Amino acid sequence: METLNYLNNGHGLKSWLLTKDHKRIAVLYLVSITLFFVIGGFFAMLVRLELLTPAGDLLTSETYNKMFTMHGVVMVFFFLIPSIPATLGNFLIPIMVGAKDLAFPRINLLSWYIYVLGGIFTLVAALSGGVDTGWTFYTPYSTAAANGHVITAALGVFITGFSSILTGLNFIVTIHRMRAPGLTWFRLPLFVWSHYATSLIMVLGTPVIAITVLLVAAERALHLGIFDPSLGGDPVLFQHLFWFYSHPAVYIMILPAMGVISEIVQAFARKNIFGYSFVAFSSLAIAIIGFLVWGHHIFVAGQSVYAGMVFSFLSFVVAIPSAIKVFNWTATIYKGSVSFDSPMLYAFGFIGLFTIGGLTGLFLAAMGLDIHVHDTYFVVAHFHYIMVGGAIMGYLGGLHYWWPKISGRIYSEPWAKFSALLVFTGFNLTFFPQFIAGYLGMPRRYHAYPPEFQVLNVASTLGASILAVGYVIPLIYFTYSLVAGEKSVNDPWGARGLEWEIPSPPPTENFTVSPVVTEGTHQYVHPSQEVGLA
Amino acid sequence: MFTNFPLFPQEASTQAAQVDGIYFFMVAVAAFFSLLIAGVLVITAIRFRRRHEDEVGVQIHGSLALELLWTVIPFFITMVMFGWGAKVFFDAYRPPKGAMEIYIVGKQWMWKAQHMDGQREINELHVPVGRAVKLTMGSEDVLHSFYIPAFRVKADVIPGRYNVLWFTPTKPGRYHLFCAEYCGTRHSGMIGWVEVMEQNDFQAWLSGGRAADSPAAAGEKLFQDLVCISCHRDDAQARAPQLKGLFGHTVQLQGGATVVADEAYVRESIVNPQAKVVAGFQPIMPTFQGLVTEEQLLQLIAYVRSLGEVAPPAPAGAAAPQGPGKD
Repeated sequence: METLNYLNNGHGLKSWLLTKDHKRIAVLYLVSITLFFVIGGFFAMLVRLELLTPAGDLLTSETYNKMFTMHGVVMVFFFLIPSIPATLGNFLIPIMVGAKDLAFPRINLLSWYIYVLGGIFTLVAALSGGVDTGWTFYTPYSTAAANGHVITAALGVFITGFSSILTGLNFIVTIHRMRAPGLTWFRLPLFVWSHYATSLIMVLGTPVIAITVLLVAAERALHLGIFDPSLGGDPVLFQHLFWFYSHPAVYIMILPAMGVISEIVQAFARKNIFGYSFVAFSSLAIAIIGFLVWGHHIFVAGQSVYAGMVFSFLSFVVAIPSAIKVFNWTATIYKGSVSFDSPMLYAFGFIGLFTIGGLTGLFLAAMGLDIHVHDTYFVVAHFHYIMVGGAIMGYLGGLHYWWPKISGRIYSEPWAKFSALLVFTGFNLTFFPQFIAGYLGMPRRYHAYPPEFQVLNVASTLGASILAVGYVIPLIYFTYSLVAGEKSVNDPWGARGLEWEIPSPPPTENFTVSPVVTEGTHQYVHPSQEVGLA
Repeated sequence: MFTNFPLFPQEASTQAAQVDGIYFFMVAVAAFFSLLIAGVLVITAIRFRRRHEDEVGVQIHGSLALELLWTVIPFFITMVMFGWGAKVFFDAYRPPKGAMEIYIVGKQWMWKAQHMDGQREINELHVPVGRAVKLTMGSEDVLHSFYIPAFRVKADVIPGRYNVLWFTPTKPGRYHLFCAEYCGTRHSGMIGWVEVMEQNDFQAWLSGGRAADSPAAAGEKLFQDLVCISCHRDDAQARAPQLKGLFGHTVQLQGGATVVADEAYVRESIVNPQAKVVAGFQPIMPTFQGLVTEEQLLQLIAYVRSLGEVAPPAPAGAAAPQGPGKD
């Protein structure tokens, strides 16, 4: 007789589509963002194959432009932004705070439906002819010149924004109101802290992008003069509004990944984090300062040089809390008991790649240097180090770490190690050459390019192929584990945390008895320290 | 097949060495910290690898001294980068006086250049070595960005306003010119060459070929054709402000504000005459938006500018023309 858990408590499609269980909603999100990841990856592969040769010969210019646009739109709005919060965050935050569910379970389900609706708009735009504005929708191209389904795609982004706002709202209220007895703010897992900071950005930033894309749609459809100078508008105003959200959006992607890494490093070093409060507050610092750096995207657009200096200064400042996190993770390893299981391999990969991504971000914050590298492949390489090397490595690390809890099954560790290695190798081979191509002056979004850039582009395409294999393998062994994987115990890693004290997979109500928390996160008792700690 | 693959761009302007200086510094810092973190991480992880299944780590809660150390040191290093980067930007922002002027218009998908001596070119730009060159750039349609990697210079070209870019080439040769801001279907075809020539060769090039009107002369013709002349006259019955001696000087506006008559002001006065009405005149001028192209606008500006240079009844506080993009 199987014990009742959230997966077998209710069968059939209806029990999933009408569920209010945060864990089932997390699984719904997991399935849908995986679908969008595959779609976005397919667009990326076409882009990379086109760039194998200098001439624009595989796709037409128009198709190529649509491919990189759809790659950006799908990956940013339908994969990266919801990735960790909507899946792992949804699944874990109620459990980590010792609650039965999020504060608003129905709103949680609503947010998934809104996400799906936004996704349908975007897929309709893609299938009915595509959009070629770039994911940045820069005006006046997007409002006055571009063909294609700009309004449909813009509405997709507009709609899905609400799912993000609702998720953020749900997390904030849950973390404030639903913590178990004894779970003070400074006993919260760092995963929860990073999601709290992320939620602030989601709630405060997303309305701005929603209004901005709505204005784009309005100018395109009704010829309101907002951004188009021939109608009396200002095209640079769009860039301010767009980056006011879209720069913080990078922190929506990276902060949850940082939370995942904090958990993994502690669990696989069997040691509590070095400098807990510094790591926790650095998340908030990133969320707040991150709202004040958008102007570094428009240094060469004719922005006032003094405004530029303020933005440049703040962009350097926002790098410091990230550096603090990296140093604290590294210090946490010291005197730990370090295992090299696949989640930890992803964490190591994250720290290395995120460090490179962060440091190359400083190059772009330096105004004089940004003149040269702005809008080149240097920028493309930099933000992929953050979004793929950082956010996706964190997502995959978290998925491997919590998979036994989510599915109740153990996946193949040798295959997981192998694919982690492939992802790391493929990633670097794809994106490191792009730093060099960028400094040489290769502009981004080029369908054809001068022949002297070809060697670097061949390396990139080769790397992308390896990366693709590295992403497909986990899809296979995760799926296989559902059918044939060994059943997982409550705590397969010997880690600490409320989620590891309950069964795998957890019962629908998470806890049979509401837990009482008496200590902070990841407290492991070392024999030499046992005496002092009764 | 792959015989030519440079890993570092040519340095062909005075700015190039400046930008590369800060780049090398930042590469050194980034390499140092990347290797330091990766090295410490790997060595520590191996040194403290798990030796038996139920082993746990020694619990250490943190160290304020270390936290301060690794907050303050990165802060000071980034402030060096900030200051250095800002200085290079400042130098690149202000064109030196007496720079050779060229007008640039970007349109889907080509670059047009007008030299002050009348030469015009498309997707090519001929400039002399060793002389500062100032480009005043406008766009006919959408955003573009004028980018010469070998010079390490770039500026967005934005419809409705003028952005300025300047450089001093240091080495004769042919260099890539790219559009760096995505501008639609043939964005990657909006490329060309910058040809840096020895001074003598450049003079020969300027005087060679079929002679076209200088922008100012073309502007004067337009001024007649568009009958601007019927209002902007020299006599006392003129219904519009006198344009002689205007350019580069301060203009009194209705409501008491003043403005320096630069390229941006003259452009705005043509396409949106109601925006700034000169004190003592009625807002009767119609807009010329859509009636003149960006290139013609630049020619009209060149003409107004030439009037400013001929007649100097300069009111007090005459200012040198400034780059646009201040707002």
